Amino acid sequence: MNLVVLVKQVPETTDVRIDRKTNTLIREGVSSIVNPFDMYAVEQALQIRDEHGGRVTCISMGPPQAEAALRETLALGADEAILLSDKAFAGADTLATSYTLAEAILKLGEFDLVICGKQAIDGDTAQVGPGVAEHLDIPHVTYVSKVEEISNRHIRVRRMTEEGYDVILSSLPALITVVREIGEPRMPSIKGTLRARKAQVITWTAGDLEADELMLGLSGSPTQVARIFSPEIRPGGEIIEGDSAHEKARNLLARLKESHLL
Amino acid sequence: MNYFLTEEQEIIKELSAKIAEEKIAPRAAEFDESEEFPWNLIRILADSDLFAVWVPEEYGGLGGGVFEQCLVVEELSRACAGVAVSYAASALGGFPILMFGTGEQKQRFMPEIASGSKLAAFALTEPDAGSDAGNIRTTAIRDGDHYVLNGTKQWITNGGEADVYVVIATLDPEKGPRGMTAFIVEKGTSGFDFGKKEKKMGIRASATTELIFKDCKVPVENLLDKEGKGFLVAMRTLDKTRPGVAAQAVGIAQGALDKAAEYASTRVQFGKRIGEFQAIEHMLADMATQIEAARSLVYNVAWMIDSGERHVTKAAAMAKLFASDVAMKVTCDAVQIFGGYGYMRDYPVEKMMRDAKITQIYEGTNQIQRSIIGSAVIKEALRRK
Repeated sequence: MNLVVLVKQVPETTDVRIDRKTNTLIREGVSSIVNPFDMYAVEQALQIRDEHGGRVTCISMGPPQAEAALRETLALGADEAILLSDKAFAGADTLATSYTLAEAILKLGEFDLVICGKQAIDGDTAQVGPGVAEHLDIPHVTYVSKVEEISNRHIRVRRMTEEGYDVILSSLPALITVVREIGEPRMPSIKGTLRARKAQVITWTAGDLEADELMLGLSGSPTQVARIFSPEIRPGGEIIEGDSAHEKARNLLARLKESHLL
Repeated sequence: MNYFLTEEQEIIKELSAKIAEEKIAPRAAEFDESEEFPWNLIRILADSDLFAVWVPEEYGGLGGGVFEQCLVVEELSRACAGVAVSYAASALGGFPILMFGTGEQKQRFMPEIASGSKLAAFALTEPDAGSDAGNIRTTAIRDGDHYVLNGTKQWITNGGEADVYVVIATLDPEKGPRGMTAFIVEKGTSGFDFGKKEKKMGIRASATTELIFKDCKVPVENLLDKEGKGFLVAMRTLDKTRPGVAAQAVGIAQGALDKAAEYASTRVQFGKRIGEFQAIEHMLADMATQIEAARSLVYNVAWMIDSGERHVTKAAAMAKLFASDVAMKVTCDAVQIFGGYGYMRDYPVEKMMRDAKITQIYEGTNQIQRSIIGSAVIKEALRRK
């Protein structure tokens, strides 16, 4: 089974500062980590590989420093790591990023399952995973909390919803994005870390991909950030009290009338 | 301070610290309360190769030594000394096999000890043989192709949880140390059972039990070294593992200092952070200095042992004595800096104080360490005459 994990290097702190002029993140002086949700994706991939065999390839797009994030995944046991790094990729929005990552996956050749974290903790868009799936023209399932079963042709997963979960059966190849409930990521091992230090992280530039250059980086990014702000916190719902179902219904009716909704 | 660690040692230290911080620290209070053996944490240590650091590569280890083992113990102890001692006790059981075992014995036991798939333990202490280790009463009688063991061992770390036990018994109690003989006894051997699990003041995540031998038949191929060499096996083993206890003490002390310094820089009284008061500042200074001195002593002894230096008894005793006294003092001071909060179980320092106490007691009380050091000093003086 060929498993691909998409990994992003993000600033360590969740307390990120924003450059008000460009509306982009200030990265100077902030140490970097692997996006925590991507660690769940790596863990899920390693578990599938450990059980069913195959290879785990981690791909990241970013500056040369992002190699450190990929080495972390190698220390955990990933088989191969590829860094997409080129000035031509810079300034990419989620559309151009997902296009570039999809092109890299196509260049890899055969794959069965692509796994991503549900979102990155810096941008928080949750768009790249589904975007990659669309570029690859494969099915995708977001917010996966459990892989129930995987065979050569199918995968059955649980998708978290606000009320509970959906059970979804998908054909392969497919893409899933995973949430924390998938399980704690493993710790690296000393042998794995030593191996990762020596391992080669392959770097692909724009020239290595058979990509349309106009769809890469800034030129392939139609997104315009108008303003960045903290959203207002949604107030919690109101629970209608009452001693019996009948009374609760009466109280609800009264509230609806009071609000001129009925 | 810079101890000029190699790249591999840095990796070992960083990974141990990461596991301590992310996996052990959040659960330390829980295991202290429940006194449950932390198998899931032990599995994490095993999967991360930490049990392999001191084992030669030919047995699946990483080829390090006492120094690497000390690095791990120190980092784990910063988060929980109970988990750290469960880890360290496996080395206490493993070292005698590595040092005195036959090639066949090493092939049989070391790979599983290195992978952490099996824990080891070391059994010397008995109800009437603590500091007076030569006074053990557990007997071993040769009977054809096996030995028959009878008696009770007390306060054995990893008792019941470990699979491999190095047990010191006597062929003849009248002979004292010269009758003592070491055996490797596997869990599940008929006639080998576990007695009560102790309820302890500290290191409560660790398992401490009696080992009970009732006509327990141990095959002759499990004899470790030769008949009558058990006392030597025990003493040489303890020389090698004493720096581990000392490293545990350094780790506990460092953990307590970290918490105290953090608290002193946030707690405000009389309109100032309490760390700005000289009374507290000087306490922190003494704590930090004593810890660094203890660490230097521990690392140095570990290097001596790993470099093959034969006469390490005095130095190992010094490291254990000094570091454990520092741990006791520093953890007491940490509780003092926390004031009333420090006395409460909601804060981590009272546990560290309870944990620190054992480091002055086990693997030779500090009174015994002083006797070892003192007699060595006298011997050196006589030699100079």
